[in-house]
Amino acid sequence: MSSINDFVVRFANVNGTGSASANSLFAKSIFRMGVPVSAKNIFPSNIQGLPTWYEVRVSEKGYLGRKNGIDLMVSVNPQSLKKDIASVRPGGYFVYDSTKKLYEEFLRDDINFIGIPLMDICNKEFSDPRQKQLFKNIVYVGALAKLLDISFDEIEKLLSEQFKGKEKLVIPNVKALNLGGDYIAENFEYPLDFRVERRDLVKDWILIDGNAAAGLGAVYGGASVVSWYPITPSTSLVSSFEKYANKLRKDPETGKNNFSVVQSEDELSAIGMAIGANWNGARAFTATSGPGLSLMNEFLGLAYYSEIPVVLADVQRSGPSTGMPTRTQQSDLLMAAYASHGDTKHVLLIPSTPTECFEMMADAFDLAEQLQTPVLFMTDLDLGMNEHMCPPFKWDDSRKYNRGKVLNAEELEAAQDWGRYKDVDGDGIPYRTLPGTHPTKGAYFTRGSSHDEKAAYSEDSDTYVRIMNRLKKKLETAKTLVPGPEFYQENNESEIGVIFFGTSRYAAEEALDIMRADGLKIDAMRLKAFPFCKEVEDFIDAHKQVFVVEQNRDAQMRTLLINELEVNPKKLIRVLNFDGTPITADLIIQPISALNLQSI
Amino acid sequence: MSYIKPKFEHPRAPKNALGYSRKEYEGSLSTLCAGCGHDSISAAIVDACFELSIEPHRVAKLSGIGCSSKTPAYFLNNSHGFNSVHGRMPSVATGANLANRDLVYLGVSGDGDSASIGFGQFAHVIRRNLNMTYIVMNNGCYGLTKGQDSATADHGSVSKAGSVNNFEGIDMCAIAIELGATFVAQSFSGDKNQLIPLIKAALSHSGFSLINVVSPCVTFNNNPGSTKSYDYVREHNEALSSLDFVPVKEEITTEYDEISVKMVEMHDGTFIKLNKLHQGFDPQDKLSIINALQVARQKDEILTGLLYLDTESVELNDLIGTVNKPLNSLTEKELCPGSEVLEKINAGLR
Repeated sequence: MSSINDFVVRFANVNGTGSASANSLFAKSIFRMGVPVSAKNIFPSNIQGLPTWYEVRVSEKGYLGRKNGIDLMVSVNPQSLKKDIASVRPGGYFVYDSTKKLYEEFLRDDINFIGIPLMDICNKEFSDPRQKQLFKNIVYVGALAKLLDISFDEIEKLLSEQFKGKEKLVIPNVKALNLGGDYIAENFEYPLDFRVERRDLVKDWILIDGNAAAGLGAVYGGASVVSWYPITPSTSLVSSFEKYANKLRKDPETGKNNFSVVQSEDELSAIGMAIGANWNGARAFTATSGPGLSLMNEFLGLAYYSEIPVVLADVQRSGPSTGMPTRTQQSDLLMAAYASHGDTKHVLLIPSTPTECFEMMADAFDLAEQLQTPVLFMTDLDLGMNEHMCPPFKWDDSRKYNRGKVLNAEELEAAQDWGRYKDVDGDGIPYRTLPGTHPTKGAYFTRGSSHDEKAAYSEDSDTYVRIMNRLKKKLETAKTLVPGPEFYQENNESEIGVIFFGTSRYAAEEALDIMRADGLKIDAMRLKAFPFCKEVEDFIDAHKQVFVVEQNRDAQMRTLLINELEVNPKKLIRVLNFDGTPITADLIIQPISALNLQSI
Repeated sequence: MSYIKPKFEHPRAPKNALGYSRKEYEGSLSTLCAGCGHDSISAAIVDACFELSIEPHRVAKLSGIGCSSKTPAYFLNNSHGFNSVHGRMPSVATGANLANRDLVYLGVSGDGDSASIGFGQFAHVIRRNLNMTYIVMNNGCYGLTKGQDSATADHGSVSKAGSVNNFEGIDMCAIAIELGATFVAQSFSGDKNQLIPLIKAALSHSGFSLINVVSPCVTFNNNPGSTKSYDYVREHNEALSSLDFVPVKEEITTEYDEISVKMVEMHDGTFIKLNKLHQGFDPQDKLSIINALQVARQKDEILTGLLYLDTESVELNDLIGTVNKPLNSLTEKELCPGSEVLEKINAGLR
């Protein structure tokens, strides 16, 4: 069976051996040939010496989700050899370092073995021990390029871009690349029956991970204070902010920073600093993952009740507790939506691509300041740490930041009987003031204890109820400001609907495509935010059965929908994947097809 | 409280350099117990800010949770206040300061808030040398929950109920010096003459200023046997120095004896005139104070006055290279790199 631009390659490496850059070189060269590609790191919570995998899916149709079934395995890790051989689909290929002979008992006769003496080749050609190690990776990239008909020119171009300014390094890299290619040419038939063919399917799209995009989005969104505590998988989001800010946010006269980043002592402090900065009128955010969000609950309650804007990026990983820190999940939803004790509810934004990470992160600051409340940016490890092909970033230069209702000195002078927590406009959003604005007007006391419209301490029941109800009204206003869902049809065409969000979109879109090709029409809706706007309820009302696709055990989004909307829970069918790897289209097709067969 | 503080002010009440009277630095009526040491500290804060002619609205007053943390409501009504969550005032103050480095940050906390639940944040705000004045109203007990021992209760101190504290007490000043605090003072809520100039000096210091004020809890920890009672502190208080705050150098007209008097220039050009009461002790010599604190502990003395001062202090914003302009005043022009730059970034990702 020959196939062009439709296969999965998996690399089995030892972490800390420099394989990551070689592997992404492989993926990017395919992207440069105009062919859609998606890559996923499956890595341990460890720095050196443990098995790590890198999975590249090549798809002419542009399917970017994960797919089961490995067509070609590149094995450079003896620790996982047995498992890696077993994971190749029948008829697939197993590329390995033949310097050492494979154990007979691991061999399978239904797959093809391609042995390349990687170690021998490198020992012969390179003298430096580190080079021997690193170039092993480049040698197998060269071998793969030959086997899969990938352009050597594109790889060489990428290498020269990568080592710009260090041209000396390009020569040995190209040499290693050719060593791999030549070995295949001399010893095997090539290319394989599945391979890459140049296309023009990538257009102007870019390749970037969600954390890098979100960090850049925060720069564009005007964030000037960042406080954070290191935690996988959110760390690179802050690194990205810092990297871009150091380039783009220097004061031209003094060379000093038009931003500040503080690594805090823990997540309690990280969110506290972000809240303090926002209270004082700077756009500030923190980034964390599940364990950090658990710690931040108390402060989120304070920000909700005392109405302080704050942006929190939660790059979700597998819980509970420490869980699987380097595996993906969408399992912080319920905690995020209702974080902290007492009656609270928070605004969530749920991006699904790096482009949306950029846009929603920038928008989050407008939303937080408009609503004077926390906005939680809910991404996950798959989106945050893996590179995704996505439309380029755009920015409208005429855009002004929406700073919300903040009174300046003149407005305070003119204001009649201003009160920090008065609902003047009927939208539940009061007017705030910043410290230092006016000598005698606008000062108030921010507190997490019960307060009246003038911010004075009050334990009066009527006052308490009034303020709590206004906060509820404010979250109603939020429904009109958050992004609405994306629909995949103009008008509903089916009795069956499917709801998904975040990174499940890749697998869900593929599943819909496949099912439509099989004549199964299904309506689809992708959620982008919480609280849910009316269209979400309408969609559920318009369908007999609604599948809710999510990457957690307890169907947390389904619970949120049931809790927030007047819908019949029986209509909402769980489609779940929570093993820590990104969901695949198969997992979505199976339950939907099964139900459809039943109804026939 | 059911009644409001009278607004009346004597027409000939003295005014400060800004033309404000003391009244304009006051707060709401205190709801703390009559005789609480904390109220004396609030009064000292009012006096210090009035005498320093600080514009009240340029002060941000922050606190955590507890009796002490209620006090920002009782001073500086024209300042924005922030009563945060228990033990977390330092982080909120840090964020606020990063957003606008031009305001005066005054944090008020207690021994529960700073030495127990907030000990971590207390330590780290010191390490970062945040430009703020941090006053610990230290009474050795949890007043708001009816008098349990706190982490600063001294070993052997007897509670109102008669139980003896078997645990070591945390010395806030010693730990602050160890962590790199650049201004450390200790005082007693009953000694206004010492406390007011200390607060003024702390507010003039660029960097982290700690004033640990022993402030007896009249309701739960003022009994015989308590080491934080009014009587005990009066008996065991050992002032290392007395201090005069001198707004500008020109005011120093009299000759002084260099052995017993030291003039220390502050970051903002003001001066502290330090009258040394103990020879062999210099507040600019860390070793001498660490030693003095150890000796005092053995002798059951409470050392008060300015304990340590680093006039070379570099505060957080300068340590991390932030612009002088407050970050909260930056606009799209400084913050947003624009579409042209973004297009270049896109090109680099293809």
